[in-house]
Amino acid sequence: MALKNKYDVVVIGSGPGGLAAAISAKKYGAEDVLIIERDVELGGILLQCIHNGFGVEIFKEDLPGPSYAQRFINEAMSLKVETLLDTMVLEITPQRRIFASSKINGFVDIQARAIVLAMGCRERTRAQVRLPGTRPAGVYTAGTAQRWVNVEGYMPGKRFVILGSGDIGMIMARRLTFEGAKVERVLEVMPYLTGLTRNYVQCLLDYDIPLQLQHTVKRILGNQRVEAIESVRVNEKWEPIPGTEEIIPCDTLLLSVGLIPENELSKKAGVQLDALTGGPVVDNNFETSVPGIFAAGNVVHVYDLVDWVTEAGLAAGKSAARFALAERRREIRHIPLLAGHNVRYVVPHELDKQTLMEEEVRLQFRVKQPVEEPVWVEVHNENNLITRKSERYVRPGEMVTIVLTPRHYEEVERAGSLTVSIVER
Amino acid sequence: MPETYDVIVIGGGAVGCMVARFLSRYRLSILLIEKEADIGMGASSANSAIIHAGYDPLPGTLKAKMNVAANLMWDTLAGELNIPFERRGDYVVAIGPQELPKLELLLEQGRKNGVPGMHIISAEEMRHREPNINPDVSGALWAPTGGICDPFAISIAAAENAVQNGVRILLETAFEDFIMDGKRIVGIKTNRGDFGCRWAVNAAGLYSDVVMHKAGVRPEFRITPRRGEYCILDRAEITVNNVLFPVPSEISKGILVTATLHGNTIVGPNAQDIEDKEDRAVTYEGLGELWDGAHKLVPSLSPRYVIAVFAGLRASGNAPCETPGVNYNHDFIIEIPNKVQGLVNLGGIESPGLTSAPAIALRVIEILKDAGEKLEEKPDWQPIRPPRPCFRNLPHEEQKRLIELDPRYGRIVCRCEMVTEGEIVAEIHAPIPARTYDAIKRRTWLGTGRCLGSFDMPRVVDILARELGISPLAITKKGPGSEFLVRPTKQVEG
Repeated sequence: MALKNKYDVVVIGSGPGGLAAAISAKKYGAEDVLIIERDVELGGILLQCIHNGFGVEIFKEDLPGPSYAQRFINEAMSLKVETLLDTMVLEITPQRRIFASSKINGFVDIQARAIVLAMGCRERTRAQVRLPGTRPAGVYTAGTAQRWVNVEGYMPGKRFVILGSGDIGMIMARRLTFEGAKVERVLEVMPYLTGLTRNYVQCLLDYDIPLQLQHTVKRILGNQRVEAIESVRVNEKWEPIPGTEEIIPCDTLLLSVGLIPENELSKKAGVQLDALTGGPVVDNNFETSVPGIFAAGNVVHVYDLVDWVTEAGLAAGKSAARFALAERRREIRHIPLLAGHNVRYVVPHELDKQTLMEEEVRLQFRVKQPVEEPVWVEVHNENNLITRKSERYVRPGEMVTIVLTPRHYEEVERAGSLTVSIVER
Repeated sequence: MPETYDVIVIGGGAVGCMVARFLSRYRLSILLIEKEADIGMGASSANSAIIHAGYDPLPGTLKAKMNVAANLMWDTLAGELNIPFERRGDYVVAIGPQELPKLELLLEQGRKNGVPGMHIISAEEMRHREPNINPDVSGALWAPTGGICDPFAISIAAAENAVQNGVRILLETAFEDFIMDGKRIVGIKTNRGDFGCRWAVNAAGLYSDVVMHKAGVRPEFRITPRRGEYCILDRAEITVNNVLFPVPSEISKGILVTATLHGNTIVGPNAQDIEDKEDRAVTYEGLGELWDGAHKLVPSLSPRYVIAVFAGLRASGNAPCETPGVNYNHDFIIEIPNKVQGLVNLGGIESPGLTSAPAIALRVIEILKDAGEKLEEKPDWQPIRPPRPCFRNLPHEEQKRLIELDPRYGRIVCRCEMVTEGEIVAEIHAPIPARTYDAIKRRTWLGTGRCLGSFDMPRVVDILARELGISPLAITKKGPGSEFLVRPTKQVEG
């Protein structure tokens, strides 16, 4: 399908939030809906979440991530949502112009009537938890390891320590154990579990993987590849307690230390962010501080359950569709006023046709060249003359005015644009 | 008889690469060996990324001479090598009235060294120029010739230009010993066999003491690795637009807060003398020290903004300054020693070593001429290293054209730094092929953003495997032993 120049709703990201937004936008009347996805297939991070636990709220079923995504992908396809895969959005302007780039689709430049931001979130890294030590291979975020194991089919290590009791970390502990790896320990700096209790039971307890609360990694050892980590107990202020250090030999350290909404694009678009959530400030329609730009899912704040991300996406998609339809109506009502022969410019630049039903509209302009003899000032809709008046002369130094009145409404109503020209008599 | 060269450069850091590049102008056969999987992996890539003005070294030292001479060379050099360089100027910032007199001393020292354009500005002016500065500022020394650079690009571009001009580079090739004929060096032994040479250039950085001792030169000379830790801050969170030094201490220029060419702010380094020449670990205590230093200059900096931490090792030597009357024991060594023949000996090239590298290279040429070497210029020497496209720096129109020419430039692999597959592939097949993840990172800045490569890592491993025609299991972060992956899934070990 050929890419259009203009879409009602463009959704950035095809995870659960993006898919729901696109589906909902279609259902609420948006005609052209486009999803731009940076990966080669739809579904976002769900595709690497091959464990179950998805859909309990919405479908009352316990689905693996890819199955959950597939239901929405099927629905989006049947609703004829368009997609651009393997395409990265480079920039969104506050006027909702989108620049994207792709190996298969080339450089993309499209205008959206409404945008739904659904870029999800990213994982915090070792720098954000300020892990001292060397910088060898073998320090990965849990999500990167998950991609390697579940999508690419490679094991990133044999003996693991996991820092952080977030859900991805615990789920990866079980997954890696299935694949024959040894998970030595899960360390959590807080005095409590940061993920769901069900994951603690199903992923750690059931596989005898020890969890140590109030523990962190004091340093990473090994120059080329991780050789060990030094763990340490911390006090309430997260300060290491001397004498509690322990060297744990391992070849990989996985980090599951939190997620941050991904808002680099939102910032470029001028969207106001909340310092606490890291996501856009939104109203109850999920509209951001920039009119026509909506946001849904983990890009706004990090959710516990994918079902809730879907719900947020549905709501944002509905609002985006409404905005886009209003925008369409506005575009149909508003027509450009163009400068024709010997006219430099016309103000106003656009005409709201409905105004003419009730009141007159004054068009003002300047000419390019003086004409020192009588001329017609004419307003055309393509070749049809709508109105004209006579001037004894026109000069660039003297502004000219011509008035449209309600009696012109019927003809103007059919026009796609109006042109003001000077015609010599 | 082994392969023989006119000159063998031992060490592929900024100094070794610059020496090779400047020597490639002459009719000489040149080999450069580097023990690591890529060039520029030592101090050359873990530093403050500053081209120093030259007010810091003690007048009369080689450090002072090389620094000031080299500073002048950087505009031309950056143009020729097509590497980023901005002469932004730098500040030494005095906090509180007690530090103010030190600025006068530095100004005086800078003038003696021949640093142009320096003057002291008022606290008010400093607050105006850098709104993030500590409000207790009492004044600052302004040196307009200070600059910032991309330290990775320097070694790589210089080495690449050397290769363009006929220099051969061998990576993962470690110096083991000299081959002597009486008092004359006639070759070197490496882990990859022997190579003959008329001249050997010791540019071994941290190991320059080991190398010169193998030739029996300066047995008392010793390199002490001086570790410096750094933090890089997210440009989305805070931007310091200037290069800010504190008033220096006896041993170092102190913990600075500086702008980088990429818009990120960098904090560091501290200075710890250590034993192990490979210990680039970042310490818990060290990071605390960095923040104390950073807050002295810019109190609003927060550890929350950190996106990367690293440590570099300065090759700190103990060579006395040879200028009579100058009492200084950490000077550069740039010499052809009398004890042996055929050695160009460089040692103790710590800060301002990166800045000084091109001047050191010219000095090497001079002393070779003094030693009777007839250096004949090649008519076809090409000083220009052609640039390769950098997608993120192009306007949209040019991005579009680039993608039309080669669609691989359309696929963004690193989302934070906007690095494309086209750029990665170009580096893998460049004159000095990038064959590891870190090699690609140093050339493209991929993986240096706020996600620290979490997104691009599996994709880069894939591209490297495809382009090199090897298994993803063989792809390393920084050479043998640093493989990312251990085995395919579904293969439980017995």
